[in-house]
Amino acid sequence: MTTKLMNARFGGMAVLSLVLALAPLGFANAYYYDVAVTVLFNAVICVGLNLLIGYGGQISLGHGAFFALGAYGSAIATSRWGFAPLTAMAASAVIVGLAAFVVARPILRLKGHYLAMATLGIGMIVHIVLKTEAHWTGGPDGLSVDPLVVAGITVATDRQWYWLSAAVLMLAVWLALNIVQSPVGRALRAGHGAEIGARVVGIDTTHYKVLMFVVSAVFASVVGSLFAHKNGFITPDIASFHRSIELVTMVVLGGMASIFGSVIGALILTLLPQMLTAFDDYEAMVFGAIMMGTMIFMPKGLLPSLRVAVKKKLGQRS
Amino acid sequence: MAELLQYLFSGLTSGAIYALAGLGFAIIYNSSHVINFAQGEFIMIGGMATATLNAAGMPLPLAIMAAMAVTMLVGVMLAKFAIEPARDADVVTIIIITIGASIFLRGAAQVVWDKEFHALAAFSGEVPIKLGGATLMPQSLWVFGVSVVVIAALWWFFNRTLFGKAMLATSFNRLAAQLMGIGVKKVLLVSFALSALLGAVGGIVVTPITFTNYEAGIMLGLKGFSAAVLGGLGNGMGAVVGGLIVGIAEALASGYLSSAYKDAIAFIIILFVLFFMPNGLFGKKGVDRV
Repeated sequence: MTTKLMNARFGGMAVLSLVLALAPLGFANAYYYDVAVTVLFNAVICVGLNLLIGYGGQISLGHGAFFALGAYGSAIATSRWGFAPLTAMAASAVIVGLAAFVVARPILRLKGHYLAMATLGIGMIVHIVLKTEAHWTGGPDGLSVDPLVVAGITVATDRQWYWLSAAVLMLAVWLALNIVQSPVGRALRAGHGAEIGARVVGIDTTHYKVLMFVVSAVFASVVGSLFAHKNGFITPDIASFHRSIELVTMVVLGGMASIFGSVIGALILTLLPQMLTAFDDYEAMVFGAIMMGTMIFMPKGLLPSLRVAVKKKLGQRS
Repeated sequence: MAELLQYLFSGLTSGAIYALAGLGFAIIYNSSHVINFAQGEFIMIGGMATATLNAAGMPLPLAIMAAMAVTMLVGVMLAKFAIEPARDADVVTIIIITIGASIFLRGAAQVVWDKEFHALAAFSGEVPIKLGGATLMPQSLWVFGVSVVVIAALWWFFNRTLFGKAMLATSFNRLAAQLMGIGVKKVLLVSFALSALLGAVGGIVVTPITFTNYEAGIMLGLKGFSAAVLGGLGNGMGAVVGGLIVGIAEALASGYLSSAYKDAIAFIIILFVLFFMPNGLFGKKGVDRV
């Protein structure tokens, strides 16, 4: 029983669905739902991003760009060209996926800090383009977006959004877990552990890294589209450096190469600013200190560190 | 022609600041293979401290000394309490620690000072110098002059002094350096102190031109990182050349193309260079050991 519960694919999914189903019992008002939806959105992006960072061993400091492109893609396609929201979302995801595919090959040849710089650069360029091309994007003033309509039903209330995004998160986690457990996942881990070794035994490591880059970009794009419809209004700042950093921090804080860790990382880092508002002027200081502290004392991230601690305790007892 | 000269002047001025920031990245990278995303905050602290101390009545030279001392102290504390304990962590983890540090320092600046812009009077007047049809502000000369002196002093330090050579040795092979009796921990602290000093100097000389506020370090830091990567990480002269290229390209682009895309230019150049030269302009080609 315990082994089955420790198994991420079965136990983890069961626990996650239980938590998602029961969480609304504790929600006092619409504000809770609203925050919960933000948590879920971030969680989906991080689950995708962790495939690239944690399993592929590649850094990206520019994923805010893919999120923003999804959001703007949906906004522009629905308002200008009269696309149905779901069609617009799919079309944006395809285009973002293609764009990610095109840049991935030259970029993923880079290593470590050079890769960090290149992805950061892409994020900055997208941010600046969104701010400048005002006739398309509305510039810094932003762009309003129509609500999401699925099968004739308008998703309007926070409660509806909660269930929709909970379903999307379950789907994302299920997809990610299957990728990780598949031959693709094994190839990625081999490439991460010893890249040259993996190449020698015939694994095209670049191919798999590119694949994960595209998958993570598509996850971000789809969430971007959802976010645009949910919020009803978007500004170029959703592509900012800060946003990209926030996403990476969630992944690393939760635990690299831990799908459920990403969900927890997204939860903590989304709630933290809400709790820190009490600190007023000291908010940024406390936030920075917590960010440094957790990384210094738990460099592997929360969930993996916790798992090691629990295992140690169980080991001592037996 | 006068127009081009004007753009070159402004490009060289900002390029010099990027070069100092880039050097800061390079020094820390060499001693610890850490990219310090709080480098821009050193620039901000240097500028803010000088501006506020000077405004409070402290004579400029004294304010400058105090600002440099404060920034160096911040750098050493960052190395001691945030970087040293996490030495063996992943690249991404350390990047997040330094980004956390930059958020912390920005937050601290907000508390210690405020969110307003602060000005500092130019060091030697504001009478523009006419040169070939273009005008040059005296403060720009301060920026060039100070940068040249600082870069020369650094060259002397790394090539002519025992401790500078020990730092270079540590960057080539940490273990071997340690075995030869070099205090590698001290090297780490000194490298952060030096980078902080470089940042502070950059921030101090540029504040009379650009003003400063608690967020002034973000873009300058990222441009410095661009300069360091463009030149090839860990290559000091590469960082200086990279900084000048970024500064001049920005000035030309905002003059002749579009000022809205000024900030994008640095990143476009970087992507272009990295596509063809994955180790920057002067970077060593890495060889993986299996």
